[in-house]
Amino acid sequence: MTKPTWKNPVVKWIDHRLPIFTFIDHSAIQHPTPRNLNYFWNFGSLLGFILVVMIASGIILSMNYTANASLAFDSVERIMRDVNYGWLIRYVHMNGASMFFIVVYLHIFRGLYYGSYKQPRELLWIIGILIFLTMMATAFLGYVLPWGQMSFWGATVITNLFSVIPFFGDTIVTWLWSGFSVDNPTLNKFFSLHYLLPFIIFGLVFIHLWALHTHGSNNPTGIDVKGDKDEIPFHPYYTVKDAFGLGFFLVIFLGFVFFAPNFFGEPDNYIEANPLVTPPHIVPEWYFLPYYAILRAVPDNFIDVWGWLPVIIPAKTAGVICMFASILLLAALPWLDTSKVRSANYRPTYFWLYWIFLINTIILGFVGAKPAEGAWLLIGRLSTLYYFLHLLVLIPLVGRFEKTKPLPDSISSSVISVSTKDEEPANA
Amino acid sequence: MVTTSQDKKKETVDDTKRDFLLYSTYTVGAVGALAAAWPFIDSMNPSKDVLALASTELDLSSVEEGQSITAMWRGKPVFIRKRTADEIKLAKSIKLSELKDPQSDGDRVQKDQWLVLVGICTHLGCIPSGQKGGDVKGDFNGWFCPCHGSHYDTSGRIRKGPAPKNLDVPPYRFTNETNIIIG
Repeated sequence: MTKPTWKNPVVKWIDHRLPIFTFIDHSAIQHPTPRNLNYFWNFGSLLGFILVVMIASGIILSMNYTANASLAFDSVERIMRDVNYGWLIRYVHMNGASMFFIVVYLHIFRGLYYGSYKQPRELLWIIGILIFLTMMATAFLGYVLPWGQMSFWGATVITNLFSVIPFFGDTIVTWLWSGFSVDNPTLNKFFSLHYLLPFIIFGLVFIHLWALHTHGSNNPTGIDVKGDKDEIPFHPYYTVKDAFGLGFFLVIFLGFVFFAPNFFGEPDNYIEANPLVTPPHIVPEWYFLPYYAILRAVPDNFIDVWGWLPVIIPAKTAGVICMFASILLLAALPWLDTSKVRSANYRPTYFWLYWIFLINTIILGFVGAKPAEGAWLLIGRLSTLYYFLHLLVLIPLVGRFEKTKPLPDSISSSVISVSTKDEEPANA
Repeated sequence: MVTTSQDKKKETVDDTKRDFLLYSTYTVGAVGALAAAWPFIDSMNPSKDVLALASTELDLSSVEEGQSITAMWRGKPVFIRKRTADEIKLAKSIKLSELKDPQSDGDRVQKDQWLVLVGICTHLGCIPSGQKGGDVKGDFNGWFCPCHGSHYDTSGRIRKGPAPKNLDVPPYRFTNETNIIIG
């Protein structure tokens, strides 16, 4: 990578004192990137775009939103009816949240398939999990703000999860509520935190990118870059590819915003919060459903079945532990996965385990949307069991016993057909 | 991107075509970004419920001669004064040449008795005193702004002090003898 020379005297003056232009040039223009990245590598920059859209639309919404239990619902209705383009900005923010999770799930499952979490990208992966957790918290807090029935009862159910903490549970829940139930102080606090967390995510994204640029992107073969022939500059190759993907994404995103804005929402949230009436069937937003299924899958007689657990952990507690563990275990994946080969393209057994795990997670999502009874409960329990079996047993074992396919010699040899005589590409 | 030794055709670059594609892409992108930004900018303009409150209706039947009332219109105070005969005479007697912002009293009222003004000093936006009986009314018996000492007369015209213009007259109409709609 060469140090750029700046012609514009103002740019030159600034860059000599604060090399911001050199930094941009190195990290977004010249940045050497594996030449074989497929469209699954679009989602990172797409997530950055969505984050900016969410922050921008959120700041505009907060200009007309009132974080007060008796005014919040009406202020949202005022945004929808009276504020110029308020309906558009709110629908962008609402559907943007769902898009954020669709894209982040694709991004995470990309990492799982191509083994992007493996050495030397463990920290990159863990920071990603932290971003994911912060996103979940932000989304939950934001869902409470319109102060509809689902907002209120979702907040009640989720905050009550913390009551399972031994000894201090009730004290912590009272602290979360700043009162004895979800009420005005809770709403104020949630609004404050909902405004704060996106900026924390923004900071984490920079650390994520810093870690990414230290060792560069993984790639579909999962093998390391071996020389200049394996790489191409980020601009214009991946800026153009990302821009194309962005256009494709916007068609889908705005398709929902303009033609099915409430597709991902719950009708009950257009009823103002009422602390005296619980809706008959409380469901979280779709992106939380797999974890909700895990939470409810743990049997009530958990202690009787698993007698070795300490008495201070009742069934409710076990459910909560399993739910948080299902995400936190992902952070341990770089060490749970014992295979040296990254990409599932060269791991015939893991390839199938990967797809079963993906389908199992989708099944958990469906189960989370159904009442926890009958066949759904059974399926939920089996799926939960398999989720942990995959991460804790199958992944460590398969790495030891799997016979992997031979890896290509280099990235360039994997993408250039054998008949070519390795002529140096003009622009590599 | 990848040229092979089998490639017979020589790669040529049509710079004009490239420039055209580049600039048209930038232009379309910029127009799209501006179009996307507009709803965000426009959302900060007055909303429909704010615009709906843009007029104020009042019943003035209880206002006595020589008495003033203050109404709210678009978040601003509006002074409505039922002037006495002396005040009207005084306002009409002033020569336009004596005025900093020349305007005859007849141009500032619809009915001689009723003076309707936006009660905001044209200097820096303070509220002049003179609405209540005991208030300081200034040297010209109208209104006096305490912030920087602007004096207004019985037609609300600037007579002395730093204010550049007469007190504004809002748009209004009488629906009958004593009912007024401002805005």
